[in-house]
Amino acid sequence: MATEAITKGWTRDQMAARAAKELRDGYYVNLGIGIPTLVANNIPQGMTVTLQSENGMLGIGPFPYEDEVDPDLINAGKQTISELPSSSYFDSAASFAMIRGGHIDLTVLGAMEVSERGDIANWMIPGKMIKGMGGAMDLVAGVKKIIVVMEHVSKNGDSKFIPECTLPLTGKNVVDMIITDLAVFQRPDHDSPFKLIELAPGVTREEVREKTTAKYVE
Amino acid sequence: MQKIYDSATSALDGLLFDGMTIAAGGFGLCGIPERLIDAIQASGVKDLTIASNNAGIDNEGLGKLLRTRQVKRMISSYVGENKEFERQFLAGELEVEFTPQGTLAERMRAGGAGIPGFYTKTGVGTQVAEGKETKVFDGEEYVLERGIRADLSIVKGWKADEAGNLVFRKTARNFNAPAATCGKICVAEVEEIVPVGALDPDCIHLPSIYVKRMILGSPYDKKIEFRTVRQREAA
Repeated sequence: MATEAITKGWTRDQMAARAAKELRDGYYVNLGIGIPTLVANNIPQGMTVTLQSENGMLGIGPFPYEDEVDPDLINAGKQTISELPSSSYFDSAASFAMIRGGHIDLTVLGAMEVSERGDIANWMIPGKMIKGMGGAMDLVAGVKKIIVVMEHVSKNGDSKFIPECTLPLTGKNVVDMIITDLAVFQRPDHDSPFKLIELAPGVTREEVREKTTAKYVE
Repeated sequence: MQKIYDSATSALDGLLFDGMTIAAGGFGLCGIPERLIDAIQASGVKDLTIASNNAGIDNEGLGKLLRTRQVKRMISSYVGENKEFERQFLAGELEVEFTPQGTLAERMRAGGAGIPGFYTKTGVGTQVAEGKETKVFDGEEYVLERGIRADLSIVKGWKADEAGNLVFRKTARNFNAPAATCGKICVAEVEEIVPVGALDPDCIHLPSIYVKRMILGSPYDKKIEFRTVRQREAA
């Protein structure tokens, strides 16, 4: 069976499930767009986790039924969503006061590059992509724990966990944990190096070493 | 004091001039003051600086003013999903001051509250902090950001009473509340105007002091950027 390439490593859903293991009962959490959004599908049964949407809502519900779609009720990715009995709404200044004031426990974000010192770049590619940073700079500056979920290498095969970011930064020395399709890296504080703490199924330490240019502790 | 005007054009009468700064509410296409944007477009006023989280999408919301080249400079956090914006920016025809979303909201809130500047950790060590004063508090570095004072604020509410007290609806509140406070004058458009006394004073989102003029903008055909739904399970 030619499935080695497929069964090795984690899929997008499995990366999200791995990130969900970092959730704790009672956490208030902000999830970025893309793979991070999938974390919402992996909240353990019986655990209360409240999702914040930075456009002004606590308690994001599931996508609405067709007949419940409301243009006034969207998430930060501009997708239609629903509310929960426990939800609340507020304006953007109050929303970012929560984020910048250190009241959000955890955020999961995508990234284009992460450096070995915990710098993250995910908002622009000069001359190519100019979408803007949205709330990402506020999240990495204010949330208690920052988890990055990203593919280990770019489409060209280049390492994305690197010695020094080459793209404009979103935040400097802010990342606590990196979950890729191959491995998990973590550091206990912002003065320590990242440590390889987990390998995805079928992935070896040697393979991670080969595909990573950042320095980390094994 | 009559705050209710019969059209967006009359509500903006005497307020528009070339080179002015406008703060606008809305997030994506949610809660955008579309009647007022249309009237600004029709007025032909130009060289505008607009503080707004987004720039609408192609030919919707503030995207309309980009298309007619009435905007000189945007102060925004996110401008994806807008090809004309991208074209003008890359061609050097449009200036953009990329501002983190929370910094933008706080710049409006601070401007409206008489606070000319504030320190934040957001953006420290990034392009956003370049050329700005920084200061260390309790061992951590912060960057100085300026409050925004606009010549005009344009916002969209759900319900207003005749005194100008406003209530927003769900996530359409977003930047409307902070934007309303930071303009020298704020013009609001709403979906419904009710008599004084019909709104619970404990449930007002934006007190009337901020709203100087308003219009009934209904009926609205609210646009959705990404319609995402789930299926009902079969009974």
